[in-house]
Amino acid sequence: MNRYRNDFPLLQQTNDKNLTWAYLDNAATTQKPTVVLDTVADYYRKANANPHRGAYDLSVAATRALEEAREKVRVFISAGKAEEIIFTKSATESINLVAASWGKTHLAAGDEVVLAVSEHHSNLLPWQAAVRDAHAVLKYMYTDECGRIPDSEIESKISKKTKLVAVAHVSNVTGVINPVEQIIQKAHSVGATVLVDGTQSVPHMPVDVSALDADFYVFSAHKMLGPMGVGVLYGKAELLDDMPPFLYGGDMIEYVEEQNASFAPLPQKFEGGTQNVGGAAGLAAAIDYLNAAGMVNISGAEHDLTGYLLDQLKRIPYLRIIGPDENSGRIGVVSFIIEGAHPHDVATILNADRVAIRAGHHCAQPFMHYLGVQATCRASLYLYNTGSDIDRLAESLKGVRRWLGHGA
Amino acid sequence: MELNDLYTDIVTEYASSQKHRHPLAHPDVTMRGVNPSCGDDISLELEIKNGVIRKAGLTGSGCAISGASAAIMADLVEGKSTQEARRLAELFLGMVRKDITDEKQLEELQDALAFQNISNMPARTKCAVLAWHTLEEAIKKWENGAAKNS
Repeated sequence: MNRYRNDFPLLQQTNDKNLTWAYLDNAATTQKPTVVLDTVADYYRKANANPHRGAYDLSVAATRALEEAREKVRVFISAGKAEEIIFTKSATESINLVAASWGKTHLAAGDEVVLAVSEHHSNLLPWQAAVRDAHAVLKYMYTDECGRIPDSEIESKISKKTKLVAVAHVSNVTGVINPVEQIIQKAHSVGATVLVDGTQSVPHMPVDVSALDADFYVFSAHKMLGPMGVGVLYGKAELLDDMPPFLYGGDMIEYVEEQNASFAPLPQKFEGGTQNVGGAAGLAAAIDYLNAAGMVNISGAEHDLTGYLLDQLKRIPYLRIIGPDENSGRIGVVSFIIEGAHPHDVATILNADRVAIRAGHHCAQPFMHYLGVQATCRASLYLYNTGSDIDRLAESLKGVRRWLGHGA
Repeated sequence: MELNDLYTDIVTEYASSQKHRHPLAHPDVTMRGVNPSCGDDISLELEIKNGVIRKAGLTGSGCAISGASAAIMADLVEGKSTQEARRLAELFLGMVRKDITDEKQLEELQDALAFQNISNMPARTKCAVLAWHTLEEAIKKWENGAAKNS
């Protein structure tokens, strides 16, 4: 029995066949430990008021909950200053904020924005829109057949014309850890700014944005045991200071006149509207939980389990892994297809055995197209998964082709 | 819904059937149908003479459910007038929504009855209805074109 599993109420639930979930869709969202659920409920029970507003103690408590969460996030990713942590509703919103605000003021006709072809739509579509508005150009670093970005692509695509590079730290399709250190170095050498999408990295490995020297770094609370509806944007203060607000409204102003306004300093400038304080408190509890487990331990245990997952998958007839099939330079996100079985049918058949995996294009259609597959199945791990979850996955996968009328 | 009720012999046989899985030499109308969230992406081609669907061809890719439903649909509408085909599509969609439950009335859907209870599996309902929505759109497009040419 895994030491964390008992902390997750959803993973204790059984159905009429006495089966718990073998939950293997952690790249989509993770389950929540009791301490996170209780922290969110406690906030609403004991400290709920609109932060930064009232002179009364409750509002002060709400403000404290929000600011303590911000400080916890800062330390977790080794950012320099608390005001460099902006709360959003998702990593998607964080990227949209940068693409709209930074893009509007920094991109000009002919400038180039460089992405990896493996990007999630949320790190692709905001840039499509930004370059269209600025008459700039979108360029792609293409991967090898395993989904890894070769040095030659980094060297040839990032040039003096490049104004910004946006790249995922870890691919949500293949689990590949991208060479972001190298990409950031190259981008900075030509004067370009770098946004790193850390949605799949921050939950699974130690991340130090200062050591990386990332200009922007984004991630989501709900993929790291926290609640849905909270995202983080880290940005270097000098960059954020230089950008116009994204959401205009309450809580982000200094003075407002009929025709003009001046705006609050960081981070409030980018936090228009009432924040999801309960969610931020939940994220802080999730960070405490992860710190207690230890990010190095989590990453090590997931590495071992990924090795077991790869071994088990390789034994399944007609199964092909999409992405690297070796257990290095990657995390526990594994895409695969089964010959003669569409991924949606695979996911439905596994569901009958209460095994949850993702099937589809993983919000990465250009990458799917580039890899020459329409859709894949994807199993993704987290700290509460066990060898038994993987055994159940493998057992269920063995029955897939029979259900679809292919014989054994 | 159990897997036995979903992946029936009828469904798996139609899903692998090649009978309609080819482009037509002289289609009168081509319509693409896509489920953006899951990636089912089909093209339906119809050859229509004097208001009667002579041939139906299917290309593209999708899961077993969408493939089987499309193959059954193609079998059913070949030889039918466009009005008849549209009526069958409405009947099928009514059946899936459980608006129409009268077995006598549904009888003419023949093998498409395999999807009578697909709404018990909400995640897969969109797969079963894709080809039928595409058929409706194809007929609409053909009628608009025919109206313009007359």
